Amino acid sequence: MDDTEKYGQAYEAKHVHEVYEEIADHFSGTRYKPWPIVERFLQSLPDGSVGLDIGCGNGKYLLVNRDVFIIASDRSSNLVRIAAKHAPHAALVADTLSLPHRAGTFDFAISIAMIHHLSTTERRVEAIAGILELLMAQNGKALIYVWALEQRDSRRGWDKGEAQDVLVPWVLKDQKGKQSKGKDRKENNNDVNENDLEEKVYQRYYHLFREGELEDNIVAAGGTVLESGYEKDNWWAIAAPANHD
Amino acid sequence: MKILTLNFLTCARKTCKSSPAAFPLHPRDAELEIVETEFNALFIQNILPRVEWDALKGLCTELGLTNVPPEAPEPKELFDTSIKSAGIDEKEKEPTQLTRDLHNLLLETTIQSGKLVCGNCGHEYAIKEGIANFLLPSHMV
Repeated sequence: MDDTEKYGQAYEAKHVHEVYEEIADHFSGTRYKPWPIVERFLQSLPDGSVGLDIGCGNGKYLLVNRDVFIIASDRSSNLVRIAAKHAPHAALVADTLSLPHRAGTFDFAISIAMIHHLSTTERRVEAIAGILELLMAQNGKALIYVWALEQRDSRRGWDKGEAQDVLVPWVLKDQKGKQSKGKDRKENNNDVNENDLEEKVYQRYYHLFREGELEDNIVAAGGTVLESGYEKDNWWAIAAPANHD
Repeated sequence: MKILTLNFLTCARKTCKSSPAAFPLHPRDAELEIVETEFNALFIQNILPRVEWDALKGLCTELGLTNVPPEAPEPKELFDTSIKSAGIDEKEKEPTQLTRDLHNLLLETTIQSGKLVCGNCGHEYAIKEGIANFLLPSHMV
């Protein structure tokens, strides 16, 4: 392991892994609506397909299709505990760059809002290559979803030409020691007195993808892009191993 | 951790992944529990061709589970093919007891705690509260 690799790992430990472990419950409470492209992808799979949800978070995509079998994984054990409740699927704790699966085994994979937490291009490409390697060579496909740099109309307002590596705060408010009304955005809150709340701010690392970058990374990982697009502040692509039919 | 999940797991170390000795992982000190879950006979039918039967049999022997058929069941064994169910919609066919037993074995029998051991490098992965942890110490990555 070289120094950049080590640094990338340590940086992500502090600005991704530790943060999600701390904010798991509250984060999960705000993540329940599946994105349409992901929903469509999962519903288009033939019954009995077997696949992976890499960086599953609270496992909200495990609710979409109960006729396929998904082995979901995340680095945060607190999030996996929540994800593990969604039958008939499975959830386990694993690192994206060291997944405990055999190559060429799966019909599909989804990686939603995960790759953008890796802090170097090498690590992002390595993660995509690792996902593609687990797919069946002939017809396996992976849906990858990442945050876009081009999101002028979002409340964060980032756009073309701006810095792509950012820290995004997650504000957790403690009410008398109890986790309650934290938000990653400002919101009016009438039932609690703001003065009673103690704020704790966690900084999450993101790499914001510029247009075409996800596709470039997939090709660099030895894959083929079957389809790609933009959906509500995110870039997405459906990728396959290069020797796909 | 469901028994079915073990069918799709191997050691997380890069040096083990291509080794046949790393699959399946071997359960050790396993505490089993039946966790009831909704029965879906078509799910069992669809998933069955993906199960590596010899590996499953080996795992079950190690876990002390004796109710595993010696050969992978044929699709026709999963549904009642008597005259009264002939010609009706696939979804309304009556599943056999074998299908219910497979559901119980693959989806409802879970390892609540214990270890999964790699047959190639010997590394042990812990299972706690039903969840397996595959994070590696940094010197093994």
